Amino acid sequence: MVTAIGRRAAGEPWNDPDARPYVELRRVTKKFGEFTAVDDVSLKIYEREVFCLLGASGCGKTTLLRMLGGFESPTAGRILIDGEDVTDVPPYERPVNMMFQSYALFPHMNVEQNVAFGLKQDRLPKAVIRERVAAMLEMVQLGEYAKRKVGQLSGGQRQRVALARALVKRPKVLLLDEPLGALDKKLRERTQFELIGLQDKLGVTFLVVTHDQEEAMTLASRIGVMDRGTIAQAGTPAEIYEFPNSRFVADFIGSVNLFEGRLVEDEPEFVRIDSAELGGTILVGHGISSAPEAALWAALRPEKITMSRGAPPQTDNVTRGIVQDVAYLGDLSIYVVRLATGKLVRVTRPNTARHAEPVERDGEVYLSWDAASPVVVTR
Amino acid sequence: MSRRSAFVITCLAFGYAFLYVPIASMVVYSFNASQLVTVWDHAHSPTLKWFGALLHDQEILGAAWISLKVAVANATGSVILGTLAGYGLARFPRFRGRFAFTAMTTAPLVMPEVITGLSLLLLFVTLEQTIGWPAGRGIGTMIIGHMTFSMAYVTVVVQSRLATFDRSVEEAAMDLGARPVKVFFVITLPIIFPAVLAGWLLAFTLSWDDLVISSFTAGPGSNTLPMVVFSMVRLGVNPEINALATLTITAVTILAVGATWLTARARRHAASAAA
Ligand SMILES: Nc1ncnc2c1ncn2[C@@H]1O[C@H](COP(=O)(O)OP(=O)(O)O)[C@@H](O)[C@H]1O
Ligand SMILES: [Mg+2]
Repeated sequence: MVTAIGRRAAGEPWNDPDARPYVELRRVTKKFGEFTAVDDVSLKIYEREVFCLLGASGCGKTTLLRMLGGFESPTAGRILIDGEDVTDVPPYERPVNMMFQSYALFPHMNVEQNVAFGLKQDRLPKAVIRERVAAMLEMVQLGEYAKRKVGQLSGGQRQRVALARALVKRPKVLLLDEPLGALDKKLRERTQFELIGLQDKLGVTFLVVTHDQEEAMTLASRIGVMDRGTIAQAGTPAEIYEFPNSRFVADFIGSVNLFEGRLVEDEPEFVRIDSAELGGTILVGHGISSAPEAALWAALRPEKITMSRGAPPQTDNVTRGIVQDVAYLGDLSIYVVRLATGKLVRVTRPNTARHAEPVERDGEVYLSWDAASPVVVTR
Repeated sequence: MSRRSAFVITCLAFGYAFLYVPIASMVVYSFNASQLVTVWDHAHSPTLKWFGALLHDQEILGAAWISLKVAVANATGSVILGTLAGYGLARFPRFRGRFAFTAMTTAPLVMPEVITGLSLLLLFVTLEQTIGWPAGRGIGTMIIGHMTFSMAYVTVVVQSRLATFDRSVEEAAMDLGARPVKVFFVITLPIIFPAVLAGWLLAFTLSWDDLVISSFTAGPGSNTLPMVVFSMVRLGVNPEINALATLTITAVTILAVGATWLTARARRHAASAAA
């Protein structure tokens, strides 16, 4: 998986308490009647970032984006852009532009007129408009389609018209609602990189909504994982993947094995968790802050588990099981291993070499992992 | 040929005969030389003399001119009011009293015309007595009368077009810096224009052949074509009426064929540009 940590948004402004946020949501709530679509969200986004809002369908991503665009007004809370409170500013006066999920192109205009529309509203001189539209169309490789009606374009071309139309106004922030959602898989992958390239070149801050975690990982400087109207966790793709703060996030990003247990040793440098599901203890190589009696879970990624037919040398973090299922995916294989307790554990192994030691269905295997690998979550 | 298709063809033939035989016979008789509508004059037919007479009949020409003025004014006024009402109903779907508003705009569609006409007449008379306007009845009151029901049709046409309209297109225009009023005129109206045009034609047609409401709201010297025709027919059918009907049918046919041709050409253009 490609991630883009530190590539954009010079440094890591989110770790700098003095950095000035470019977009800021302060305790924003949106209710539709009794239903709370966005629930007390606070968020800071920094200049030149690509921030991805990731979440299942219906969790309030579009609603959040529409509040930034000015199409919904928050029930409570304030929205600031570049230090200015825009909560009550109408969409046509906000320094942001939006790329709609349906693209929302103007069907009665050609490509050029669509892209020029925003500049015309600013009453720019005709020559300037022509020049900027042509440059923009060149940038999204639509130069030769300038005179086409939008009804005559393919899905990918329409997507690029929508992008060009929103970018040509040089907004402070570009809001993108599922920008690649309507494209097929191959085109989507290619377009992801084009999108990053464009963002890099223009230096516009992007706020992208998506339900596709791979897309979020590829595009984002930071990801905000949304769950039923709240932001469950915000962080770089690596932080979210390696240090999820809850079972929800661990499970939503990639796949994970969760072992429920309780603390039996609690030291500043390590903890030991006794898990009935595992039928043993898990040694975790870092301290945690949790009440000793509280229920907790050790989260272990499938690719961080080593599988062997012979017993590994270590004594901690080892267990045994029977391979119940094998799925060959080409670049890697997924194994489902049944422990003596009945718990099913998912293990992945890259198919780098023709394994000297093939693992077959119904074979007995040892599973082991490093003490640094498990992450402890308390909710 | 199978029995079933023979049956279908018979049904179709009856259906079309029902619709078009009366019209066809009238067209044929408009070229009849005889003064008596039901007797075909073999010696002198076909002839264009009734068409000639028509062009010199000042009463009919005057009435046609009034009808045209009323129909155009009515269609234009109805399209403006109906589009606004349709837009309001489609765009603000949750305002209080929406149900009442919907019912009220569509009520004129089902209201018996005699009742609408009578109530308009009473209203105009009362208004004239209390505020002195409208001073007497004539073209103005007729236009208002026609608009009360034409507007309802336009509202329904525009509203149903807007129901399938992607709102985010309007939002995108606003996002790009256009104020709501500008969005309406530059984005919404051009996109729904075919529906608005259809509404205009519908309102024009409704007004053109309205008799009942016109009769209630007309004043002296403002007889429309249907009113004149109706009073002429009551004194016996005049071959001139047949000629008038033939001209009307010709106009309608030309309009319909022209519209179809324009649409087809637009589609062809689109297709060839795409290739
Ligand atoms: N205008 C609205 N009126 C009522 N409910 C709405 C409205 N817009 C969105 N919702 C509800 O808010 C929730 C979140 O919607 P949305 O933000 O579109 O989710 P997402 O984009 O994450 O799929 C959904 O349950 C949706 O039904
Ligand atoms: Mg959405």
